Formats: sequence, structure tokens, C-alpha cells
Amino acid sequence: MQARLLLEDGTLFTGQGFGAEGASTGEVVFNTGITGYQEVLSDPSYCGQIVTMTFPLIGNYGINRDDFEAIRPYIHGFVVRRHEDVPSNWRAQYTLDRLFKEYGIVGISEVDTRMLTRILRQHGTMKGILTTGSERVEELKERLNASSLLRDQVARTSTKTVFSSPGNRERIVLIDYGAKSGILRELTQRGCDVVVVPHDTTADEIRRLSPDGIQLSNGPGDPKDVPQAVETLRRLIGEYPIFGICLGHQLFALACGADTEKLKFGHRGGNHPVKELESGRCYITSQNHGYTVKEQSIAGTDLEVTHINNNDKTIEGLKHKKFPAFTVQYHPEAAPGPFDSSYLFDRFLDMIREHKRNNPQRPRQAQLAEALRGELQYAQK
Amino acid sequence: MPKNKDLRKILVIGSGPIVIGQAAEFDYAGTQACQALKEEGLDVVLINSNPATIMTDTNMADKVYIEPINLEFVSQIIRQERPDGLLPTLGGQTGLNMAVELARAGILEQENVKLLGTQLSAIEQAEDRDLFRALMRELDQPVPESEIVTTVEAAVEFANQIGYPVIVRPAYTLGGTGGGIVDNEEELRETVANGIRYSPIGQCLIEKSIAGMKEVEYEVMRDANDNCIVVCNMENFDPVGVHTGDSIVVAPSQTLSDREYQMLRSASLKIIRALNIEGGCNVQFALDPQSYQYYVIEVNPRVSRSSALASKATGYPIAKMAAKIAIGYTLDEIVNPVTGQTYACFEPTLDYIVSKIPRWPFDKFTDANRKLGTQMKATGEVMAIGRTFEESIHKAVRSLEIGVHRILLKGAGEIDDVTLKSRLAKADDERLFLIAEAFRRGWTLQYIQDTTNVDWWFLDKIERIVAFEDVIRREPGLTQETLLKAKRMGFTDRAIAELRREGQGSGAQHAIEADVREYRLSQGIKPVYKMVDTCAAEFEASTPYYYSTYETENEVLPSAKEKVIVLGSGPIRIGQGIEFDYSTVHAVWALRNAGYEAVIINNNPETVSTDFNTSDRLYFEPLFFEDVMNVIEQEQPIGVIVQFGGQTAINLAGPLAKAGVRILGTSLDSIDEAEDRKRFEALLRRLEIRQPKGSTVTSVDEAVGTARELGYPVLVRPSYVLGGRAMEIVYSDEELLSYMKVAVKINPEHPVLIDRYMLGKEIEVDAICDGETVLIPGIMEHIERAGVHSGDSIAVYPPQTLSDDVKRQAVDITMRIAKELKTVGLVNIQFVVWNDQVYVIEVNPRSSRTVPFLSKVTNVPMANLATQAILGVKLADLGYKDGLWPEDEFVSVKVPVFSFAKLRRVDPTLTPEMKSTGEVMGRDRLFAKALFKGLIGSGMKIPQSGSIIATIADKDKEEAIEILRGFYNLGYKLLATGGTADALEKAGMRVKRVNKLSESSPNILDLIRTGQAQFVVNTLTKGKTPERDGFRIRREAVENGVVCLTSLDTVKALLNMLEALRFSSSPMPVLQP
Repeated sequence: MQARLLLEDGTLFTGQGFGAEGASTGEVVFNTGITGYQEVLSDPSYCGQIVTMTFPLIGNYGINRDDFEAIRPYIHGFVVRRHEDVPSNWRAQYTLDRLFKEYGIVGISEVDTRMLTRILRQHGTMKGILTTGSERVEELKERLNASSLLRDQVARTSTKTVFSSPGNRERIVLIDYGAKSGILRELTQRGCDVVVVPHDTTADEIRRLSPDGIQLSNGPGDPKDVPQAVETLRRLIGEYPIFGICLGHQLFALACGADTEKLKFGHRGGNHPVKELESGRCYITSQNHGYTVKEQSIAGTDLEVTHINNNDKTIEGLKHKKFPAFTVQYHPEAAPGPFDSSYLFDRFLDMIREHKRNNPQRPRQAQLAEALRGELQYAQK
Repeated sequence: MPKNKDLRKILVIGSGPIVIGQAAEFDYAGTQACQALKEEGLDVVLINSNPATIMTDTNMADKVYIEPINLEFVSQIIRQERPDGLLPTLGGQTGLNMAVELARAGILEQENVKLLGTQLSAIEQAEDRDLFRALMRELDQPVPESEIVTTVEAAVEFANQIGYPVIVRPAYTLGGTGGGIVDNEEELRETVANGIRYSPIGQCLIEKSIAGMKEVEYEVMRDANDNCIVVCNMENFDPVGVHTGDSIVVAPSQTLSDREYQMLRSASLKIIRALNIEGGCNVQFALDPQSYQYYVIEVNPRVSRSSALASKATGYPIAKMAAKIAIGYTLDEIVNPVTGQTYACFEPTLDYIVSKIPRWPFDKFTDANRKLGTQMKATGEVMAIGRTFEESIHKAVRSLEIGVHRILLKGAGEIDDVTLKSRLAKADDERLFLIAEAFRRGWTLQYIQDTTNVDWWFLDKIERIVAFEDVIRREPGLTQETLLKAKRMGFTDRAIAELRREGQGSGAQHAIEADVREYRLSQGIKPVYKMVDTCAAEFEASTPYYYSTYETENEVLPSAKEKVIVLGSGPIRIGQGIEFDYSTVHAVWALRNAGYEAVIINNNPETVSTDFNTSDRLYFEPLFFEDVMNVIEQEQPIGVIVQFGGQTAINLAGPLAKAGVRILGTSLDSIDEAEDRKRFEALLRRLEIRQPKGSTVTSVDEAVGTARELGYPVLVRPSYVLGGRAMEIVYSDEELLSYMKVAVKINPEHPVLIDRYMLGKEIEVDAICDGETVLIPGIMEHIERAGVHSGDSIAVYPPQTLSDDVKRQAVDITMRIAKELKTVGLVNIQFVVWNDQVYVIEVNPRSSRTVPFLSKVTNVPMANLATQAILGVKLADLGYKDGLWPEDEFVSVKVPVFSFAKLRRVDPTLTPEMKSTGEVMGRDRLFAKALFKGLIGSGMKIPQSGSIIATIADKDKEEAIEILRGFYNLGYKLLATGGTADALEKAGMRVKRVNKLSESSPNILDLIRTGQAQFVVNTLTKGKTPERDGFRIRREAVENGVVCLTSLDTVKALLNMLEALRFSSSPMPVLQP
């Protein structure tokens, strides 16, 4: 089955289709990870994007039960040099082809993906249309021009309902902007009692859950597409210890008065060096973001830059100067990518404990009595 | 953090001679390190005994010492030079061991020298088995269970605990003698009993066998600030059980999911951190293919062969970075030299797949045990880059130069099923090809996997290749689609033609290579070239490092400069070693100096020539006609230089010239005149130059007739050979017939040469000619007489025993031949001196093995001058004159180094067949001192007293007695068996009689094994069956590290040296009344 990928700039790639038949449009981006295609294609942050993998052989170890980062993939297409349809790994259960057929995702293989990557690097990410049909190129062009990139990816990928992943240590509210499972995994591994809430959960609703800390998740798209999330955060900063990841980091920055901008072709892969300014140490990180916090916008805010990308020097980490809150642009939960930064989750929990020590709460009984008194007064009114 | 300001002068230790397991990769590493240190303005002092290296060029360091790497010499250099730091991690195991020795001897402390890179404690933790296990336990890293036993019963008890199979490793036996994998108690009892006997300390290690698991390696780097990165991971095609140096390896790993990849990555980082290494480190793992269970197999706390491969596979210069880290830089502040805009603190990402296949010496050592195990046997390796495994492995296969260009082994079809199965089960050098053969026989993938334990993924690819061969065969007309698919899978035009012939008959269309090529080009199917850039195109890079593939975009930008392509010499093998890479690199440098753009094609990942900084453009491609032609078409050079790449490049000259490519330097016709026996004889006749009588024969009968006419012994060899392959001295009709059977089978298209064997002194000359002037930098005299391959002889410059007349003859002949051949570039001529007359043995119209040695000792930049001559520069204009360059006042000796300990069943006797893998140099004002340094540097232990075991063939007795008397007079004890003992006693010497092998124990082998002799002198009795006593004596010596001398010339040289260096004690003359 022939498949084609047409880019906004007119470049046409012809290859072999795999997965579902049909056509789809999206922002074409590349990921440089060698391993981890299953995590990539199921990472909700790629919602609406056509992803190309720079490593040429994809499908080698198949698809397994455990490596999904979300319950289903949200990508709009997958571009590879070679689709390996005979996987070999003890955990492999089926092929990429079958997964894509099940979820209606179009894949294209036998494409010069290095050429595609070079185009994206030079021109920046752009829109593309991927099809297995026999439409004329002009027709594809029209469809591509008529299409617009999604603005509601967060709503599409966030959980619709609150659910909890019980644990017997700190109560963490995880705001799901399109979260990767990895974040939940890291928190539950540390014994946290996690309550996952939808992206549009209000500050009051969160307060009602009495969290010890708030975890902001990653998520797809432009942070400015979810202004209400920024609003909510603004109310919570200072009240609870906060740790933000990726989109969560960008939303936090906006909430603190900083600004974000789009990167030319983003950072997507598992080999990006991030320097922790305090220690001078460099960490290899897993990244997936098309937007970044503007460096010039930090001045005048209560934010301090804690991490930068050692290559392009963009902001990779922030902390609040007054309140217990820090965020990173990259993915300490790895999956895919290195685990070098998982210590950040420990740091988050340490921060929560320190916050508790510094803000000793009165004994429960006294609190309860006060609350009851309040209710009494209310009743009396 | 800035560099460490306390360091001003640094001593770098090289890895010494090339031996199996330690090859050219350390020249690459050392060269990079020296350059990196000099870049920082440091004073660099280098010691390396190997003259055939780029790193020992005097411009590589501020001071270069080509001296033996041992405690005595290195200590002396340290005292002389007073370096602030010592960098030992780039000189392989040799460098590391030397550092440990220096530290333990207290030299480093005494002289206040800081050990850089890896601390002593880390070396010990990685190398000492118990410390290593303790560290792994502490880090929670699993290692295979094991125990040391001294009795068979203890072994049985432990094996019952951990379950079979288990590995038995006798302690301190070289080459793993006596060990192996055992499956049951019976085998265990036998092996352990043997092992305890072989082990000098009576110990065996019993270890749980993890053979059959996936073998995965990680190359890790760390700096003083604790930044850690993984440069590359690699997966072995061969499961655990085959030494990684003998395994087919791919990079990156292919069958690991991200979880498994990250699990092993995290483990690697944990280990390098615990060892506190500042630099590079290699961690090897065994990974259960059915679970997350893994074991740490080994940790190398230094730059290794794998890191050279990883550097070439990723473009990330590990050795250079390791050197910078050692002097205090951190990864985040070193710019990534590939992109020039990002930093070294990142992990390279690949967008291609790299395959490495080892190159084994079994084509030369037909008697050797070809089974692969825990002892490495390969002398070199090839690497190939492709966008699919099929493309990559196909390219690697045709880079090997073993007469195959696809995964098809000649004669594999005749192997019976039972043999095939057993050869699949127990890996040997041909297993890849045998797997393909099994698929051709219709064996199922499951069956093959059960038999080989090779991962399903790799096997599936081979099955697809075999299946696609059928598609090519069967299609009635070769469609463009099939052709393109075939090219994308890495099939050569030659393979496609071959398959079309097989499927459609020889008269069919596209059944010859040239037709396929023409059709392919007419269909617009041409390769494109992609860049190796460490970052999968994420950042702009300017590395001129390319590989071919059949895709859409070509990344090579045209340039206006005039270009010259230099062909490299491919994988390192016996007979074509690092010396050729040395010349290639110098040729490239000369081209760049002259303002040309120098383009290299080569496929050897270990070398300096494939460092992308060496040339203007590097094409990492097979040295195969089609691949070379493709690059030529891409680059449109003014010509191609073939004379530096050994026989590999010379062999390509003909086909390239035929395709219209201009060969620069000595013309193809002249090359042919020197190499074609008949034309060569005519040339010598014309010039009235003597050569040993001989002739070319094409049939067995003719051979016998000719040999009888010349008179035995005669020297026989097939024409057009490399490194004396299949050359032998035969003494009778019978031997000749048996030789003809083997040799003719080796090379059916070429006739056999038979020469009268002249037992004279051999000399060798390299010359540079521009067509007019012939510059002879020097004459080298060989210590071993004709009959020992020139590459295996000790060579001395300047000659010590030649008369002026003989030198004059050699010079005169060289000049006449060079001029007559219209040589432009280098030429090498070998002579034999017989009754004061000089005879020509052979002429090599190309750069030779001795070019680096001679360049260094004469200070004449030979490869550079040759390249200039090739470009049209006249030697006279450079100030050089016809004739012999003035001789040096120092004496330099080139001593061959062998790897016999690694190759079981190979006879250490010196013959016309080359056997050495490397060389060292000794240099001093006195010949005896120079020779001493050379011999010591080659690893020979030369005690001032001790015992010599002599077993001498009758034909040599007379000569041997007088030499042995010399040792006797120096106070050495003589031990000898039967006849030799009789002869020595008769000559008036006291001899200790030793039992022959057939006699009761303790016999001669027991004496060698228990270290009661320091030298074994054994001359060859005819008959080559390994069962012969002589063979067993020589092997026993080699395996126990006892000096084994098989040429009386070497023994005599050793004696003369000892006499010269020794203070002799003699009684005072009695006063005369």
C-alpha cells in the first residue's frame, strides 16, 4: 500500500503505508530517540502531531503491554524509514502495524527520514498531510492548507474524571494536562497517595482534596491555549508545594507572570543535556516540547532560573523565589529516556516535608473543633 | 571548571606492538590524546615501542620515545623528563598495567607524578576478581556466581549448587588453556582435574555459565564534576560465550526496548561513578532474552577497542574527550567537535545502523582452531554503515576481503547437514555464512535459533536476504522496483548479476555486473551519501564523514577544489597491518599540504585514517569496486592513489583503470610488470639483474619437473599473494605434491611459482622515485636468512655486516629497476645475498611494511615525498639526490611480535609464511643495545643466567653446537634430549639430559611447564603434522611464556648481544717469570 506525506513547503515523500488507511493532518515533528517508540507514540504530548523517528528501524521490539504512556495513542501519524514488522523481544505482544490499525493511525515507512528531519531543522516544524489514498497532490495541498492545527489537545488528552491511585504517604494532586503514566508511576513508587484530576479542575476543588503537594503534568500544545489552567495555578501557588513538568512548567511560568514562545523545531529526544546551575552538574534528559519559557520574561517575576539547556541555553528549570514551587521543562519520569533526573521527585517530596515542618499545623482535633465552630456559626446565621 | 593548572608536562603511554586483542585502535586513541593535550599547550612526552604508528611521529608529541614499555625504561624516562602527570588509559591493557607497576614500585610517588584519568584503586577494582565482585555487590549489580576451587570435589559440590552448565577457568594459564564450558559432572571432573594440573597455582574458577544470553556493551564517559554520559551501546549478534572482539556487533542495540536500554544504561553509570573514573569506561553485560535479569560481565576502566568502534560508529571522539577530561575539563564545557555548536555533554544519537565483523587470520593459519570462545582470535575488523541491517551487514561482508561479496560462502553447499548443525551450534568464524546456508536449505528460523541462540531479529533479516535472492533470481525481467529494493538491501551489482545468471541462465539480460550497473544507472538508481553527525541531523554539522545508502537526499556538497582519492588498506590482517594505515595517513596529509582536497575510502574502524579529522572527506565504505566507483563518480577526483593501501588498493587498480579512472603514481602497466611473474622475469633479463632461478607452472606435473630441474629445496607459492600466503620451502617430490594439492585449491585461477631456495642473507630496500630521481632512504639487513618471511625477520638499519660492494649492488639494482618501471612513488625491493652477489627476490611497486620504520630511523618522510612525487613534484627540487641517503649513527632494529599464545594449534616456527602481527623498535648507538631493547620491547624475557632447552634437527646440529657453546661459556645451563645431548657432550659440554615426550615423566614438556627453562631452541624437523614432538614443545613454550627460538640466526644474534652486553669475568693473566 502506497502512502504519501506532503509538507506545507510542498515537499512530497512517497513510501509504504502501514497501520490504518486514510488521511490525517498535523504538525510534523521529529524525535531523535533510538529506543522508546512505544512511549513516544503513546505520549499524549504528541497529540495532533505527525511524528517522525530519526532512528531508521522502528518496530524492532514490537509493542508490549507495559510501555504505554497513556491508554491510547493521540498522534496523527507516524513516519519511519523502515517499519520492522517481525519484532523480537520477550515482552513483545504485537506489531506497530496492528496497534495503528486498532487506533486508526496512519503510518508511512520507506521514507528518507533524515531528509525530512533536515527539512524540519532548517524550516522549523510545519504542517503536513499523511495519506494512503490516491488523491492528486493539488487536492492534498488544498486539504493541508484548509486544515489548522489543534488548539484543544489538553482537553482531548486529559482525564475526564477524578481518579485516585492510593498510597499511604503524601497526598499529591496530579493535574492532568495530558499526563504521561510515568509521572504517576514515579509518585506511586514513592508511596504517594495520588489523586489525578482533570485539567480544568478548579482551585477550590483541589483544596477540597487537601493535598500535601501539587504535581503539574506534561501535556500537548501551546500553554496559552489553556488560560484557565494558568488562572487556577495562580490561586494555588504559595498555598501548596508545587512541582511542574513540561507543559506544567510552562503554565507555572505563565502563572508567575513570565511568557512563553514557540521553538523552531523543538526538543524531542532522550539525549538533551541540562545544566543545573546551582551545582554546575549536567544531566542527560528526556525531552518533548515545542514551546519554551522566554528568558527575557523572567526579569521582574518571582522566578529564578535553576536549569538551562547546555546546547541552546534555553530555560529548562525554574523555581519560585518565595514559595515552595519548582518546575522543569524536561521529563524526570523518563519513559522513554534516561532516569538521571528522577531525583527531582524525591526533591519534591523533601520540599513537601520541609514545607510541613515550616508550617506546623495545629493538631487535627483543634482544626476539627474550629471547623465545627465555623459550621455552627454558619448555622446560627 | 578550567583545566588543572598544576599540569604542564604529561607522559602518555602507548600500547606497544600490535597483538591480537590490542591493535591499531590504540594508535587512533593515542594520536587523538596527544593532539588533544598539545592543543591545550601542554608538553607531551610519549613512550611507545611500536614504530608503525602515527602517534610515534615526532610531530605528535614534544618528545617521542620509541623504547620498551617496561618498568626500567619508563622509570628512566620519568626521571629524565619529570612529568607532572601520567596518562595511561589510552594505551590499552599495556598502558594500564604499566601504570599499576609504576605505582606499586613507588616511582610515581617518588617522582611526584599524578596518575590521570583512572586511579589505581579503580584499576584494581576492575581487574581484581574479588575486589570487582565486592564492588558489584555493594552497587547491587549482579555478577555470575562463581567460586575458586583447588580440588575436583569442591568443584562438583559448587556446580551442584548453581547448576550446569558451568565455566571452568584455570588460574594464570595463558589463553585460557585447560578451561571451557562443561555440561555435566563427568565433563567437570575431567576439565577441573586438567585445569588444576595446568594452573601454576593449582586453582580453578568455577563460574555459572551465562552462555547464550544477549551480550550488550555500553561506552560510558565521566568527568571530575560527576557528569556522566553514554556514548553508544552495542549489541552482539553472537550471544555470550564468544569474546566481544570475535563477535559480530551492531550499534546501537536493536532488540532492547527503552526499559531494558535504560536499565543497563543506569547500571553503567552507577559503575563508572563508583569507580570514580575520569575518562572513558566500557561495561559489558549479559542480558537474559526472556526477562529483565542481567549480569555484569566485565568492566574496562580505560579506552578500549570497543570505544574506538563506538567513536567511529557515532562520530564522538572518545579518546580526545578522555584526554581533555584527564586534564581537568568537564564535558559540559568541551565543544562537540562534530557540530561545533553543541557540547560534549550529550549522548550521540544514531540514524543508521553500524555492523562490525571481525577479520580472522584463519586464511593464513589453516591449522588453527577456528572455534570462537572466550579467547579473542581476530587480528582486525571492518565496520559498515547502512540505514537497514541488511544494507549494513552486506557492506560489512564485502569489506572483509575474504573473497565474498554477499552472505554466501564458497563450498558451503557441500557441507553435510550434521556438520552444518554442529558448526551452527558452536560458533566459528564462518557462522554468519552458515546461517545463510541453513536458510538456503530451508531450515526453519526457529530451528536455527534453537541451535545458535542468535536473536530472532538478526536471523529474520538473514532469512529475508536469502529469500530476496530468490526474488532476484526468479523474476523474468529485472524490474526497476526489484532492482531498487535489492540495492536498498545492500546487494552489489555483482551479486545481482550472479543471481540473475543462476536464475535465468548466463545468456539472460543483466547476467553480468557491467550490464546491471548500466541498467541501474539508466534507471537513475544511484547511492546518496549521508553524514555521520552524532545528532541524527538535529543540529547542523560539518563533519566530512559520509556513508552511502539508496535514498533520496544526497548531503555531499560539491566543492570547487581539485580532489584526490586515497584508497585505504581495509581490515588489519597478518601481512597487511597498521603500517599501511600509517602511509595512507601521511599521503593524505601531504595532499592537504599541497592544496588538494584529500578524500579517503576505508572501512577499518580502528585506524587513524578513518578519523574524520584526518582527511577532507572520509567515506566509510567497502573497498569493493562498485563502492569505490560510486565515490569516484560522486567526487570526480583528478585521480586515485592506490599505492599506500597495501594489496587491497593495488588489486583495485586494474578494474578502476579499466573503468576509465586515472591511477596516480606508478602506472598500472608498471604495477603489472612488477607483479606478473613472466613480465617481471623479462624485465630483470633486460636489465641483466640476477634473480634466483625459477619458473611459473600451471600444472602439477610441470611443477615436479621444474622442481627437480632446479634441485630441492625449492620455494613454492601461488602468484599474486599477500604476506607470503601459502609460501613454503619444500624438500622433496612428496612434499611438493601435498603442497600443490592445498595451494592450487586456495587459488585456482593463478599459477604457482617455483624458485630455487637460496640460503643467504636477506636485505630489503624502500625507495622513492619521481620517474627521474631515485632516493633510497636506507637498506635494511635481516637477521634471519632467506626462508623466513621478511615481515617475521628482525631487520637492522643501517646494515651491520654488509660489504660496501653488496650495498653498492643493492643500490644500483634498486635505481635501475625503479627507473625502468618508471616508478612514481614508492617501491620496495627484497634481495638475497648469495656468495657476495645480490639477487632480486621480489619487487613491490607500492608502499611497504617497512615505510614507517625506515621513515622514523632515517628521518626521510617517505610517504610524504612519495605523495609529492605522485603530484608531480620533483625530488631534485626538494633537494634530494639519486642514491642512498647517508646512514644514521644510531642503530635501529625492528623486531617482529607474534600472537601465538592466542591461536591454539598454530606452529610458532618461522617460515616463508608471515605469522607476526606487529613490531617494535629498538634504537641505540650500539647494535647490541638496540637489539636488546627490541627484544625486550617485543616481550622477550632475557635473564642473565638460566637454562636453555635445545632440540636440534640433524641438519642444523653442526651450526647449533657452536652457538650453544657460546651460551654455555656465558654460564647458561644446557638441557637437551637424546641426539642433541649426545652431540653437545661430544663437543665437550656438560648437558642435563631431558626425557623426550615418548619417555617417562618428567619430560621436556613438564620442564617447560614448570618454568625450569628460560629459552627453548627448537629447529624444524620436516613434516607438518601437529602431533610431532617439536610442535608440541614449541606450543608448550608459547603457552607458558617461555622464549621459543626456531631460527638459529635469531639464537646467534641473541648470543652475540648477550656477549656484548655482559661483563665477562676472566682470571688475571699469570705473571710470566
